[in-house]
Amino acid sequence: MSLSVAYRHAFPGLALDVAFDAPGGVTALFGPSGCGKSTTISAISGLMRPDAGRIVLNDRVLFDGRTNLSPQDRRIGCVFQDARLFPHMTVAANLRYPSRWRRGAAREMDRVVELLGLGPLLKRRPGTLSGGERQRTAIGRALLSDPALLVMDEPLAALDDSRKAEIMPWLERLRDEVRLPILYVSHSVPEVLRLATTVVLMEKGRVTHAGPLTDILSDPDLAPRLGTREAGALIRARIEGREPDGMTRVMTAGGPMLLQGIEGSVGTVLRLRVLAHEIILSRDAPTGLSALNILPTTVTRVDGGLVQLALGDERMLAQVTPRSIEVLDLKPGTACYAIVKSVSVLPS
Amino acid sequence: MTHWLGPQEWQAVLLSLKVSVIATLASLPFAIAVAWVLARKRFPGHGLFSGLVHLPLILPPVVTGYLLLITFGTKGPVGSLLQPLGIVFAFRWTGAALAAAIMSFPLTVRAIRLGFEAVDPKLEDAAATLGAPRIWIFFTVTLPLIFPAILAGTTLGFAKAMGEFGATITFVSNIPGQTQTLPSAIYALLQVPGGEGAAMRLVMISVVIAMTAVLISEWLARRARTAA
Repeated sequence: MSLSVAYRHAFPGLALDVAFDAPGGVTALFGPSGCGKSTTISAISGLMRPDAGRIVLNDRVLFDGRTNLSPQDRRIGCVFQDARLFPHMTVAANLRYPSRWRRGAAREMDRVVELLGLGPLLKRRPGTLSGGERQRTAIGRALLSDPALLVMDEPLAALDDSRKAEIMPWLERLRDEVRLPILYVSHSVPEVLRLATTVVLMEKGRVTHAGPLTDILSDPDLAPRLGTREAGALIRARIEGREPDGMTRVMTAGGPMLLQGIEGSVGTVLRLRVLAHEIILSRDAPTGLSALNILPTTVTRVDGGLVQLALGDERMLAQVTPRSIEVLDLKPGTACYAIVKSVSVLPS
Repeated sequence: MTHWLGPQEWQAVLLSLKVSVIATLASLPFAIAVAWVLARKRFPGHGLFSGLVHLPLILPPVVTGYLLLITFGTKGPVGSLLQPLGIVFAFRWTGAALAAAIMSFPLTVRAIRLGFEAVDPKLEDAAATLGAPRIWIFFTVTLPLIFPAILAGTTLGFAKAMGEFGATITFVSNIPGQTQTLPSAIYALLQVPGGEGAAMRLVMISVVIAMTAVLISEWLARRARTAA
């Protein structure tokens, strides 16, 4: 699958000029409020006609100025922040609503109900559902419209943290079990980190960067856009074995590491999130430290207080003060040791 | 009951019910269409169109009745066209229904228009992304959601139709058994000595009909909220 978006549209006060490509998987459209994310979603789903541009989904032209398919003909399932369930229908009737026009999905009913745990809700009305249940129903309804692309516009923004935590595993299941490309609009870093494979960064009506999540997380220019505390890379690690004391030996592109509290069998590939402020750099091989994971690396970039490190073919970020950069004389090519204080494991 | 009321009064009650029910039901589809246009469409002349729809509310009823007479009378521009087709309004109960429909139309439209304005167009957008054609969305999403507004408009229109007097008496006169509705019958009874008793009985019937209409509409609205 591929979605190719390029459009221009002028609002009073905001001129949008948006262009990006989304490969398969989950593409996160990330940016501050008012940067044009929702307008982009409307243009893709056909609810708004841009001034000019070209939007193509799997070789099907949705919009190019001459062609302008109606939302009915685009086959894009939409999940909105406010769910938009039909209040006068039960959950079951909401789920059945698309089946008259999108017959392809009618037989998927049981699977979707099971996938999203909607069974106990079927007879209820939207007014009696919790926010999380409402969003799950909205996701189910969108899936049952036989979509070629699922578009989610801040589906968790209206939920409190515990509801978010409740619905997140369902979204991960969706990503991993339903082989459906997803365009996910968000301004929440934790959501993007957990779900996205590709990230499109937007600012003031423009796309400033688009690429794989790992590239953006390890780019000293871009990572701060996710917030300084969130800067840091994602690296892959393969489980190698278990130590007698219960720690798990994993192999990364930069060498072996020891992790605590890891489940999974030998050979499983994990995604490790290494925050930039959890790394200490040392020019000499450090000894007598409580930290277990010390990886030899090479500096590849220095930008502000962030230092990019090569770990084989992967990249990591370390947060260092300007003074330390000067004292340690860190510049591209400098060999040093990265002392990793802690990592978190993302479900993959 | 028939002995309690004279045959002429009884006829007036039945005629009024017939005229009002038919006027209300026949004008409802038009009222929904006009309310939708006023609520959702913006076009040059929107204000003028809205003014025309509301005209019967502002004009003296006698004026509306007279305009109906010169338009739909047998020699009027519309009436003379319809007469060969066997459709006659002047001095017939059908004319009373037409007058009642025209007079109640703005009230019905107003109530339904408020309903349309309260429906979130985003729900209709959501339905469109699910593949439903616009007309289907209108009947499965929009109309059910404004059902309470339609009920309110219908009740209001029915009440107005039951009470319509000025335009009716001007357009179709006050012929017992033909065009004498409840209000015209009360008016006629009050013009003759000794008619007060019968007039009072008709007044009570008016009150009962009006109350019943309101109660039925409340009950339907409650049922729609809990079950629909």
